[in-house]
Amino acid sequence: MAEFLEFQNVSKYFGAIKAVDQVSLEIKKGEFFSLLGPSGCGKTTMLRLVAGFEHPNAGRILLDGEDITDLPPNKRKVNTIFQSYALFPHMTVWENIAFGLRIAKKSKNEIKREVEAMLHLIRMTDQAPKRPDQLSGGQKQRVAVARALINKPQVLLLDEPLAALDLKLRQRMLIEIDMIHDEVGITFLYVTHDQGEAMSLSDRIAVMDLGRIEQVGIPAEIYETPRTSFVAAFIGDTNFLEGEVTDLVDNEYCHLKIAGFSGIICFNDKSIRLGNPVYLSIRPEKIHISRDRPEELPLRNILPAVVEDVIYLGSTTKYWVRAQELRIQILRQHFRFFLDEKPIRWKDDVWIWWHGDDGFMLERYREVDENLISIPPQKVGESNENNEKS
Amino acid sequence: MKRETRNKTQEWLVSFPSLFWLALFFVMPTAFVLAVALRPSNPYGGIGAGWTLENLRRLADPNYLIIAWRTIWISVLITFICILLAIPIGYYLARVTPKWRNFFLMLVIIPFWTNFLIRIFAWKVLLHPEGLIKRLLVFLGMAAPQTSLLYNPAAVVLVSVYTFLPFTILPIYAAADKFDFTLVEAARDLGARSFQAFYKIFLPGIRRGLFTAVLFVFIPSLGSYIIPDIVGGPTSEMIGNKIAQRVFVDRNLPQASALSVILTLSVLAPLIAVLFLQGKKEKPGAIF
Repeated sequence: MAEFLEFQNVSKYFGAIKAVDQVSLEIKKGEFFSLLGPSGCGKTTMLRLVAGFEHPNAGRILLDGEDITDLPPNKRKVNTIFQSYALFPHMTVWENIAFGLRIAKKSKNEIKREVEAMLHLIRMTDQAPKRPDQLSGGQKQRVAVARALINKPQVLLLDEPLAALDLKLRQRMLIEIDMIHDEVGITFLYVTHDQGEAMSLSDRIAVMDLGRIEQVGIPAEIYETPRTSFVAAFIGDTNFLEGEVTDLVDNEYCHLKIAGFSGIICFNDKSIRLGNPVYLSIRPEKIHISRDRPEELPLRNILPAVVEDVIYLGSTTKYWVRAQELRIQILRQHFRFFLDEKPIRWKDDVWIWWHGDDGFMLERYREVDENLISIPPQKVGESNENNEKS
Repeated sequence: MKRETRNKTQEWLVSFPSLFWLALFFVMPTAFVLAVALRPSNPYGGIGAGWTLENLRRLADPNYLIIAWRTIWISVLITFICILLAIPIGYYLARVTPKWRNFFLMLVIIPFWTNFLIRIFAWKVLLHPEGLIKRLLVFLGMAAPQTSLLYNPAAVVLVSVYTFLPFTILPIYAAADKFDFTLVEAARDLGARSFQAFYKIFLPGIRRGLFTAVLFVFIPSLGSYIIPDIVGGPTSEMIGNKIAQRVFVDRNLPQASALSVILTLSVLAPLIAVLFLQGKKEKPGAIF
């Protein structure tokens, strides 16, 4: 499939702030594409550029081969679901959904037929005469979806549509949005700061930061092989260990010296040269922890450590351990309730190990990533679903 | 159900002080005026004994009808022009950056610092045959030297619009400020042109502010007396002037009261009708 929605070197400035900075991006037809990034990274501006609420300072935006950069919002075959839903408060559910068709001056019969089909799709036929302020958050959202879809847009733009809902409802609407995407088969451009949403819904994700796209790829690619330290730190949790390359084992592997530990083996796909300072990133769930010394295997890194913190999270436990001056977080799933092993406790001496393929080396991060990398230990109860995705 | 009755009682309790106030200072005086309208006048400018419908009957005089009709159309015109000017101004005030907003709001409010009468007299000076505006218009060839800018309905409308405009701008601005402009974006997104989004989404969104603004202009215009007295002439007399004449010139209080009653009723009737209709419409669609 060819590219359908295309950004060509698009820039948008607000005064001195570069909200979108020379972005080029191609989105395929029928794709569920997410723009993911922290607040202020420019993802919403990207969406508003497609919708036509903002005009780029430079670059072109193409939809199905047609240059839409200079078209007003009402002339673009895209529709938006707003974060606040933006339902018209003085109209009923029925009138809200019918708005687009009425503006397009469709016949009464056609409007009636289409609106009723939409009401059926969102299972709200009996709510049609209500006004938006009589609806629950989830219902409002469904009306917003119906109102946007009834115009048969070529691209549906979703601006953090789940941000205003509580967790349980969010999970249900997530499934619903996914089903609607399968049903209508149009291109979805989904903006979110929630990696869980992006990971579970998207065909592809673009991770954005400071108005630029850091990486584009399928969810697993983004999580497993982040290209930059920003992506590694933003998507899921990770340990960043500062070290340098001491020698190359062969074409594929090299040895690192990290803190006082030398000979740490790591997959080297970046052909980093000897003596290069690097950051070794290892996902917390890729590290094993045990009180007994594990068996020595090729490509296995084993370090002695002391447990500093144990955070019980229900289905998982997070350990913060110290190995010399390194502070490392480890996440373990509970397979059974420690029936046959003595639980690991605070201040225990343990062994930690990981496979050489599970760490990946990243170039020196930019200064701006500093705060992401040095995130303090998570507090108990903070949601941490993302690590279950691995 | 039980909760609803309790809420009703609470509502009554809470609104009692203002109801009492209204009864004491609005309903009772109005009733007095109505009573006086039904009394004969006496030659000394006081109220005679007995009851009569004579004062009300005399209102059918074609002279009064002409003046009543003029009062209404002048008031409607003033209201219309004020609203027409205030909507874009209110919209702009709600959209502009806070720094400029405060500046413009100041400009709207500053005239209140000068006495109302002085401002009306200032207009008289401006519109005077030797005044600045007249000379400028003659200079530009837009007015003949002998036309008068004063003492006609146009002068009354102009000065009234000037006087009442802030009272329309402020409620419309207040409503526009609370209006969620994402709704306009949503309408544009769904295919509406800017103007369609404006009148289908923005105007209904600020309808309460519009309603308040209309009342703030229309009611005082109907009872307007000083403005037509100062800048108006015989062709722009309004009911307010007639009432004043009956009181100060004819010293006929009952006749003045009869005119006042008609004025009050003609203001109250449409107001109550609108409130009633609105209340009916605003009721949410039966889920209690």
